Amino acid sequence: MALLEIKDLTLRFGGLCAVNKLSLEIEQGSIRSLIGPNGAGKTCVFNCLTGFYKPSEGEMFFNGESITKNKPHLITEKGMARTFQNLRLFKQMTVLENVMSGMHCRTKAGFIGAVLRNSFQKSEEKIIREVAEECLDFVGILDKKYYIAKNLPYGDQRRVEWARALATQPQLLLLDEPAAGLNKEEKARLIDLMRRIRDERKITVFLIEHDMGLVMKVSEKIFVIDYGLKIAEGTAQEVRDNPRVIEAYLGKEEKEDAV
Amino acid sequence: MKYKKITTQISEILISRFDKFFSNKINLTSTLILAVAFLIFIPMVGSRFTQEIMTNMFFYIVVCLGLNIIVGFAGLLHLGYAAFIAVGAYATGILSAVYGINFWITLPFSVFAAIIAGLAIGSPTLRLRGDYLAIVTLGFGEIVRITLRNIDITGGAIGLIGIERPVIFGIVLNQISHFYYMFFILAILAIFVSYRLHDSRIGRAWQYIREDEDAASAMGINVVTARLYAFIIGSSFGALAGSFYAAKMTAISPESFMFLHSVMFLLAVVLGGMGKIPGVVLGAVIVTLFPELSRDVGQYRMIIFAVVLLLLMLYRPQGIWPEKRLSSTKE
Amino acid sequence: MTFWEVFLQQLFNGLLIGAFYGLVAIGYSMVYGIIKLLNFAHGDIYMTGAFTGLIMLGFISAGIANPWLAIVISLVLSMVLVGLFGVAIQRVAYRPMLKAPRLSILITALAVSMIIYNAVLLLTQGQARPFRTGLTGESFYLGALRLTETRVVLLVAALVLMFLLHMFITRTMYGKAMRAIALDRDTCQLMGINVYKIIAVTFFVGSSLAAAAGMFAGVYYGTVHFFMGFLIGLKAFTAAVIGGIGIIPGAMLGGLLLGLLESFATQIPGVGTVWKDVFSFVFLILFLIFKPTGILGRIESERM
Repeated sequence: MALLEIKDLTLRFGGLCAVNKLSLEIEQGSIRSLIGPNGAGKTCVFNCLTGFYKPSEGEMFFNGESITKNKPHLITEKGMARTFQNLRLFKQMTVLENVMSGMHCRTKAGFIGAVLRNSFQKSEEKIIREVAEECLDFVGILDKKYYIAKNLPYGDQRRVEWARALATQPQLLLLDEPAAGLNKEEKARLIDLMRRIRDERKITVFLIEHDMGLVMKVSEKIFVIDYGLKIAEGTAQEVRDNPRVIEAYLGKEEKEDAV
Repeated sequence: MKYKKITTQISEILISRFDKFFSNKINLTSTLILAVAFLIFIPMVGSRFTQEIMTNMFFYIVVCLGLNIIVGFAGLLHLGYAAFIAVGAYATGILSAVYGINFWITLPFSVFAAIIAGLAIGSPTLRLRGDYLAIVTLGFGEIVRITLRNIDITGGAIGLIGIERPVIFGIVLNQISHFYYMFFILAILAIFVSYRLHDSRIGRAWQYIREDEDAASAMGINVVTARLYAFIIGSSFGALAGSFYAAKMTAISPESFMFLHSVMFLLAVVLGGMGKIPGVVLGAVIVTLFPELSRDVGQYRMIIFAVVLLLLMLYRPQGIWPEKRLSSTKE
Repeated sequence: MTFWEVFLQQLFNGLLIGAFYGLVAIGYSMVYGIIKLLNFAHGDIYMTGAFTGLIMLGFISAGIANPWLAIVISLVLSMVLVGLFGVAIQRVAYRPMLKAPRLSILITALAVSMIIYNAVLLLTQGQARPFRTGLTGESFYLGALRLTETRVVLLVAALVLMFLLHMFITRTMYGKAMRAIALDRDTCQLMGINVYKIIAVTFFVGSSLAAAAGMFAGVYYGTVHFFMGFLIGLKAFTAAVIGGIGIIPGAMLGGLLLGLLESFATQIPGVGTVWKDVFSFVFLILFLIFKPTGILGRIESERM
C-alpha cells in the first residue's frame, strides 16, 4: 500500500483550474519530486495535501486513511509535515523554540501540568528539548540554538525550517522549494541531508523544486505537471527525454519571448 | 516631530537603566523581598482608606493577569471581561445569599459558570477570524448586564445583597485587613500561575500562534483549541476574582461590571505591554492608583485614559515595560 | 389591534429600523472589506451624526421656515461634515496602523470610540437632548397600517440612500477600486491605484451614511444621547455578519432582516422590548455557528 495516494485531485479558483485531475502515488522510503514550469500548480498541490486549501474534487489518502477534509494540524499529527516556500519561521523566537513547536502534537501536558510542573510534565519537557536538539544537530546547526530566528542568515533559517518539520516525527516530509536561494555548497548539503532523512530516519521525502540538477540527482521518481495536469511520470532519464516535458518548459519560454 | 524624538529617547534611557538594574538577580530578588515585606506591613499601620485602595489594586492585578492570558498570551481582543467577573460574582452571590451555601464551595461553581460561558461564546467565534471575538465579547457584556438587571434572582437593577462572609479556620473574614491579605495572596498566585503558563507547552503554543497562525497549524498545533483554552483559563481567573469581590462587598449590582470596566482592564494590560507579566502588574497598579492621585481630574478620567490608549497604540504599542532580550528557554 | 394590524405595524417598523441598521452596517462592512478592521468607532460616528444634525438643524431652522427643507439641508451638511470627520479619524488613527498587527488596530479603534463617546458625554453632561424638528407627526392610515408622514419619508430616504450607494459601488471607478483593494491591497498599489485615497473615500462614504442614519434616528425617536452609538455598533456588526461581512448588499439585507427580526421578536411572549437585544445577540451567535459567511457570503480560500 502506498504511503500517499492522490486520486483525481482538482482545485478550482473561480474559473481557473489550478490543479486538474491529478493522480499519483508515493511509496514509503523513497524520494520523489514534483516539477513543472512556474504557475503549474505545484504549491497548490502541497496546500491541498496539507489541508490549507480545500480541493474542489478528488481525494487524498495517507496510510490508507482519507485526509481530504482534514485540517492542517490533524494532517501533521497523522505524520505528514511540510516546509514553506517562503520560510515561515517564528521570527521573534529562538531557533530551539522554533524546533520545539514540532513536538507540540506529540505531547499532552495541559494547564495542570503547566502550573504544577509534575513529573509527567517535566519528563515531557525533557523529551521535547531532546528531540528538538537532536533535529537541530541532524541538520547541523545545534550550536546556534539560542539565536533569535530572524537574526540568522538565510541558509541557516532554511535549516531551522527543516529541523522544525523533522521534529514533528513525520513519516512523509513535504519540502516546498527547499533549494530556493541556496548556493552550490548548501545545495550539495541539502542533497546529502535528504538522503540521510530517507536512509537514517526512514522518512519519505516529497519535494517541489525548480533546480533541475538537484531534482535529477536526488529523486528516484519525478512527476511533472503543467497547467495543473500531470504530463509525465518516471525516472530522471525518462522525464528528461520526454517530449511533452520538453515542450512544456521550452514552449513556455517561446511564448514569453514572443511578447 | 522633534518632541516625539526627545521624549522617546528619554524614555528609552530611563527604561534601559531600569532594565539593567533589575537584570542583576541579586537586585531583583532583594527588591522583591523588600516590596513584599512592605506590602505585608501596610495593614498594620495604614489607614482603612489606604488598605481599601491597595486591596482594589490587588484585585485589579488578578483581573488584568487573567485578561492578559487572553489578550497578551493568545493575542485575542476581549471587550467583555467585566461580564465574566460578574458571572463569578453573581454565581457566588446567588449561591451564598439565596441558598446559603458556604463561600468556599461556591468557588468551583463560579469557575464552572465561567467555563460554560466561555465555551458558549468562544467555540462559535474562535473558529472564525480573531476580530469577531472582540465584538461578540462586547455583545456578551451587554447581554449579561441586561440579564442581571431584569431577572429577579439576581436582584434586578438594585442588586444582590446579603452575601455571606467567608470563614477560614474559624475566623470570619470581615475586616478590610482580612481582604487585603486575601487579595494579596490571590495576586501572588495569579503572578505565579501566569509565569508557569507562559513557560510551558501551552504558553509556547500561544506564542507560536501569535507569531504565525498558519505555520503553527502546520506544526500540528490546533489553533482553535489553543485559543479556546486561553479564553477559558482567562475567564476563570476573572470569575474567581469576581467571587472574592462579591464576598468582600457582600452586595453587588450590575453597575460594578460595565463596559467601562472592561476597557480599564484592557488599558492596564496594553499599558504594561500585552503578554509581559511584570508590565501588566505595573499597568494594573497605574490604572488603580492614578485616579487616586489625581482626584480633581474626576470626570475627565475616561477621556484621558482613552487618549493615553490611542497614543500608546500609535507610538509605543509594546507598552511601557521593556522587551526581554533573551527568551525564557536559556539555561 | 387585530393580528393583521399588529403584523403590518411590526413589518413597517421593522423595515424602518432595519433601514437605519442597514445604513450603519454598510459603512461597517465597507471599512471591514477594505482594511479588514472592525471599526468600533463607527457607532460613535452615527451618534456624532445625530448630534451634528441637531446642531445644524438648530442653525438652519432659524432661517428657514419649512421644516422639511431645513431637515434636508441639515442632513446634507451633517453628512458632509461627519464624512470629513471620518476621513480625519482614519488619517490620524488608522492609516499609521495599517501594517501593524491586527490586535493593535482593533485596540486603536476602541480608543477612538472611547474618545468620541466620552467627549460627547462631557459636552452633554450625560443628558439626552430633544430633537426638535417642527414636524407635526400626524398619523394617517394606509389600509390597516398606521403611519406618520415622517416615518414614510424616513423609510424612503433611507432606501434612496442605499440605492445611491449601490450605484456608487457598482458604477463608479471608486466603487470598483474599493472592491479591488478589498481583494488584494498590495497588487492595487503596484497597479498604480492610490490606495490611501480610496480608503479615505471609503471612510467618507461610510461615515456620511452613518451620520444620515443618526439624524434619521434623531427625527424618529425625537431624542439623541451620547449612548446611542454603542448599541448600534453591535447591531451593525450583527447585520453585517448576517448579510455577509464585507459584502455591501449583504449589509443592507442584513440590516433589514435584523430590523424585521427584532420587530417581530418584541411580539413574542416573554421577549418584549426588554429582551429583544438579547434575542438579537443569540441570533448572531447562531449565525456564527451555522453560517458565519452570512447569507450572501462565500468562503474565502486562503492564500499561502
